[in-house]
Amino acid sequence: MSQRGDNIVFRDYRGDVQKGSAEIFFRKVKFWKEDGQEEAPPVFNADGVNYFHVKVVGLLFVATTRINLSPSLVLELLQRIARVIKDYLGVLNEDSLRKNFVLVYELLDEVIDFGYVQSTSTEVLKSYVFNEPIVIDAARLQPLGPASIFMQGTKRMPGTAVTKSVVANEPGGRKREEIFVDIIEKISVTFSSSGYILTSEIDGTIQMKSYLTGNPEIRIALNEDLGIGKGGRSIYDYRSSSGSGAVVLDDCNFHESVRLDSFDTDRTLSLIPPDGEFPVMNYRMTQEFKPPFRINTLIEEAGPLKAEVIIKVSAEFSASITANTIVVEMPLPKYTTRVSFGLEPGAAGQRTDFKEATKRLEWGLKKIVGGSEHTLRAKLTFSQETHGNITKESGPVNMTFTIPMYNASRLQVKYLQIAKKSSTYNPYRWVRYVTQANSYVARI
Amino acid sequence: MAPPAQSQRTQSPSQPSGKGEVSDLKTQLRQLAGSRAPGVDDSKRELFKKVISYMTIGIDVSSVFGEMVMCSVTPDIVLKKMCYLYVGNYAKVNPDLALLTINFLQRDCKDQDPMIRGLALRSLCSLRVANLVEYLVGPLGLGLKDSNSYVRTVAVFGVLKLYHISASTCIDEEFPVTLKHLMLNDPDAQVVANCLTALQEIWSAEASNSEDASREREALISKPVIYYFLNRMRVFSEWAQCTVLELVSKYVPSDNNEIFDIMNLLEDRLQHANGAVVLATIKVFLHLTLSMNDVHQQVYERIKAPLLTLVSSGSPEQSYAVLSHLHLLVMRAPFIFASDYKHFYCQYNEPSYVKKLKLEMLTAVANESNTYEIVTELCEYAANVDIPIARESIRAVGKIALQQYDVNAIVDRLLQFLEMEKDYVTAEALVLVKDLLRKYPQWSQDCIAVVGSISSNNVQEPKAKAALIWMLGEYSQEMHDAPYILESLIENWDEEHSAEVRLHLLTAVMKCFFKRAPETQKALGDALSAGLADFHQDVHDRALFYYRLLQYNVSVAESVVNPPKQAVSVFADTQSSEIKDRIFDEFNSLSVVYQKPSYMFTDKEHRGPFEFSDELGNLSIGAEAAENVAPSLMVEANDKDLLLSTSEEEEIKGPAYNGSAYSAPLYDASSPSVSSLSTQSELAISNPILSGNASQSSFAIDDLLGLVPASAPAPAPLPPQLKLNSKAALDPGTFQQKWRQLSLALSQDFTISPQGVAALTTPQTLLRHMQGHSIHCIASGGQSPNFKFFFFAQKAEEPSNYLVECIINTSSAKAQIKIKADDQTTSQAFSDLFQSALSKFGLS
Repeated sequence: MSQRGDNIVFRDYRGDVQKGSAEIFFRKVKFWKEDGQEEAPPVFNADGVNYFHVKVVGLLFVATTRINLSPSLVLELLQRIARVIKDYLGVLNEDSLRKNFVLVYELLDEVIDFGYVQSTSTEVLKSYVFNEPIVIDAARLQPLGPASIFMQGTKRMPGTAVTKSVVANEPGGRKREEIFVDIIEKISVTFSSSGYILTSEIDGTIQMKSYLTGNPEIRIALNEDLGIGKGGRSIYDYRSSSGSGAVVLDDCNFHESVRLDSFDTDRTLSLIPPDGEFPVMNYRMTQEFKPPFRINTLIEEAGPLKAEVIIKVSAEFSASITANTIVVEMPLPKYTTRVSFGLEPGAAGQRTDFKEATKRLEWGLKKIVGGSEHTLRAKLTFSQETHGNITKESGPVNMTFTIPMYNASRLQVKYLQIAKKSSTYNPYRWVRYVTQANSYVARI
Repeated sequence: MAPPAQSQRTQSPSQPSGKGEVSDLKTQLRQLAGSRAPGVDDSKRELFKKVISYMTIGIDVSSVFGEMVMCSVTPDIVLKKMCYLYVGNYAKVNPDLALLTINFLQRDCKDQDPMIRGLALRSLCSLRVANLVEYLVGPLGLGLKDSNSYVRTVAVFGVLKLYHISASTCIDEEFPVTLKHLMLNDPDAQVVANCLTALQEIWSAEASNSEDASREREALISKPVIYYFLNRMRVFSEWAQCTVLELVSKYVPSDNNEIFDIMNLLEDRLQHANGAVVLATIKVFLHLTLSMNDVHQQVYERIKAPLLTLVSSGSPEQSYAVLSHLHLLVMRAPFIFASDYKHFYCQYNEPSYVKKLKLEMLTAVANESNTYEIVTELCEYAANVDIPIARESIRAVGKIALQQYDVNAIVDRLLQFLEMEKDYVTAEALVLVKDLLRKYPQWSQDCIAVVGSISSNNVQEPKAKAALIWMLGEYSQEMHDAPYILESLIENWDEEHSAEVRLHLLTAVMKCFFKRAPETQKALGDALSAGLADFHQDVHDRALFYYRLLQYNVSVAESVVNPPKQAVSVFADTQSSEIKDRIFDEFNSLSVVYQKPSYMFTDKEHRGPFEFSDELGNLSIGAEAAENVAPSLMVEANDKDLLLSTSEEEEIKGPAYNGSAYSAPLYDASSPSVSSLSTQSELAISNPILSGNASQSSFAIDDLLGLVPASAPAPAPLPPQLKLNSKAALDPGTFQQKWRQLSLALSQDFTISPQGVAALTTPQTLLRHMQGHSIHCIASGGQSPNFKFFFFAQKAEEPSNYLVECIINTSSAKAQIKIKADDQTTSQAFSDLFQSALSKFGLS
């Protein structure tokens, strides 16, 4: 379903939900609460029909049932369907979906039969699907999924690589042999008003996308001193982890295809990668790590109706690394009427904005080089007198960013070994790291 | 071509143009139908795409049915697929036209290419036309025997589809029998999984009218079948694994070794990246260990990390589904998650439905050690820009305060909220301060000072205003301005739109009058006359009532309006524990997300595989413990659950559960039958002791295992052994009546062992445990740390009842029991039995 609520693809497997369900769903989601403040939960029930939905790049993937199913199952499935479609189309967005809707019907028929899941493996489906994808121009597409961030900025990558369909051939008819392994980390940090770290967490994924023919076996070696679980389940004991420099994960899970036979001894994963994009391993870490940015915020009252906010962001990573698409955001007191900004001299690629409706200050930076420091000064004008508690009515400061070739956890892919078919077989291997802010908040 | 978004907008309102297009298509299709020119397939594809795109956006293209069928004689598989899709969509509404398709579909079912055979068979079975059923049987039979596994998977679901079109044909052709054979023998995992799914659906639907079917359904969860599936777990797709795991969760293992074997086998499923697999595995673990308290705890510990990982990986929607389940577990066993409270902190960018769940979890896990930090965090949210969440956070702080931990610090925080001067913060805080004062009157001094400084003009929300007025009335002695604030509020009576506020105003001014009569007299008069003239029935009645009360006797009026204040100890819990248990039984289903058992949101026929599980549970027991459970009870259990109150339902289910876990039909205090349940280590301790004189040894065990009577009774001469009736029944009405009539026979206090306290996180386990000792629960309730249970038991030989009220405080590890008995002389014996049963709770 598109953002505007019209069906792009619609399939009724069992015929036990009435016809107008699509409209009912869309109306419910759009007008969930009158004030528009809360969004509809991914699962809800209306007149005995259960509606599940997942949002992917502005598209709504919706399922309905009258049966009391496992919500995880349905939501996973919807997400997986989106991924399979993306594997086929190379790019998933409204345009590509509309152009390839027959192919999508074909996929859906094989993924689900009579309401039961048959297969969501791109690999397996390949033999049942005959439509050729109509590839759309990848240059002006919206990013999808974590891997898409590699398309911004980094010049090391062939631009179209991650948007290639698993079935389409390159111009010239030959498929390029390559494999991508992406280590994507989303970090959440909350700083107290005094700059002390209150909570921190890294949620990471090792994502793989393989375009190798013949499905050779692959071995991925991680840090040898990697520990899993806090004190106990691992054969090593890393209770005082910060000193030893070892990476200790709280927990992790693995894709179906991963064999862990030698994982306990030498931390290698072996797998025969199926076609398409999939997470090899998800992990979670709460071990202390060095946050990439420090945020200092200062609020000074300057008379009864005025105040000045100074936000200083310092990048605490190596100068060889550059963060991009940084946005710093801060809610201001609701009686703020005007904000005038002052950037540091010589600032380039920065923008500032005061969102009148939400009373938010926004500061965007194209990039920040490691080791550098940037400051924003904002003069606020209020419509009513402050009672000395501006700090209580503004903040916290929230920051979003992407740092390519940087990972906060120091988890590494030491090597990526592909079982060789012949001496000349040497496919391209891409191992990429990226860190993104999930919730990066500094209280004031 | 794809449905073009813009042109479709303009088309659909003006039907004629849509119709024109359709007739256009019709002629074009007709031209192509007979053509064999090169490139004709490509033009057909374009036309077919157009037809399907119209179909998708809801334009009726059924009129080209004939042409579509004519065009479908083609080797092009893409064209065939589109045609099948079209036919499947319109056959049901055009049964006559559907007949046209049978021919070519049947022919395709015999195609050389297995792909085409499969596709044709699937389409044939998806026509959903009853009078075409005869054409299905042949191809289906062949399909099930096909050499290609793809065709077989399709055929298996074809059988299921046939069943839904014509159940009798499906059964008469003995397709289920074939499926069963395939399920146990087919080399292809997907065929096996589909057989299981289809058989589950068919046999549960048939079970109500056929004994054979319910026996077959029962056989699915028999040991050989379950082990067959478990041993092949890894060959199934992740989705099929979910189906199998759901089946396993219904299986009742015969002993503990089996439970451990199954859990060890499934252990690695917890590391699966698919949340649905992990949750299904967790369900198996939780249900298998329900009767083993200590292992059950370990399961909680074990599943914590995988659940947290799932919550933080994946899309927000996926993590919401997992978080809902985590929420359920946290609510059941808050203390296990107490040290993980930081995981429940809200993140900046989370949707509010996630934040709400997290706030509830933070509230639940608050205990002595973490309250301070949690409340600090919540206070940060209270200042948040997201107003609904700010409100929820303040409420959460209040709830934690009412849980009795570190009240001191919290009251200070709440009072700070009042000073924040944000209207919604003040409003929420006022309501909380009011509740807090009702529970902890000792804080009135501090609170009143702050509340007194709030201008009533700044409070607009009815609930908050009512709270403020209540405090003004209740503490008018301490609040200097109370009569004057009330007076000004009464002056604006007509502008007050909320009846609730006006009601509170009446009561408050009455209360104030009795404390500060001279200052309030005028206001009272005004209020009463305004109230008498009020159009709202309740307000009018209350004013009239006060007026007459005052007329009748002022001092009586005072005693009615201003009785001595009593602190409220427990606020009513909104959801009964029976409902919560029911939701827990339906783990890994929508019930958890909605926080409602399935009967509240689905009709009976759609309750899915989960209801099936209840029924199955009962049925499977029937075989081994038939003499134990009256069969009529089992059958009725399901129909009754909508009609009966939950406590009665508990009673009916009671013996059934009992039967599954314990083998002895009649509980005899002197036989060590309980030990069949206990773990190996305990067996070693308890067996030799129990083999001696049971009554005596039960005292010994009491001491050993931590149940220490606070007022130890003198070791009386041994009472005659007491036998209890394991099938005792008593309805709640009779229980209440008896409880009122009988005098108290015994009252005792105990300390409970730490294991017992730990096990109490799920009151249900206590109930089951006691049932094993033929002591039945008739009602229970309460919220951590205070639980209250009412039990009853009946003598084996005569209808003589014992009634017990048992209050357990988990934070102080104290239990208080009060026993009443028809036959007072045996109450001590019963008490010993009860204690001995209770003492083993948490240790078995």
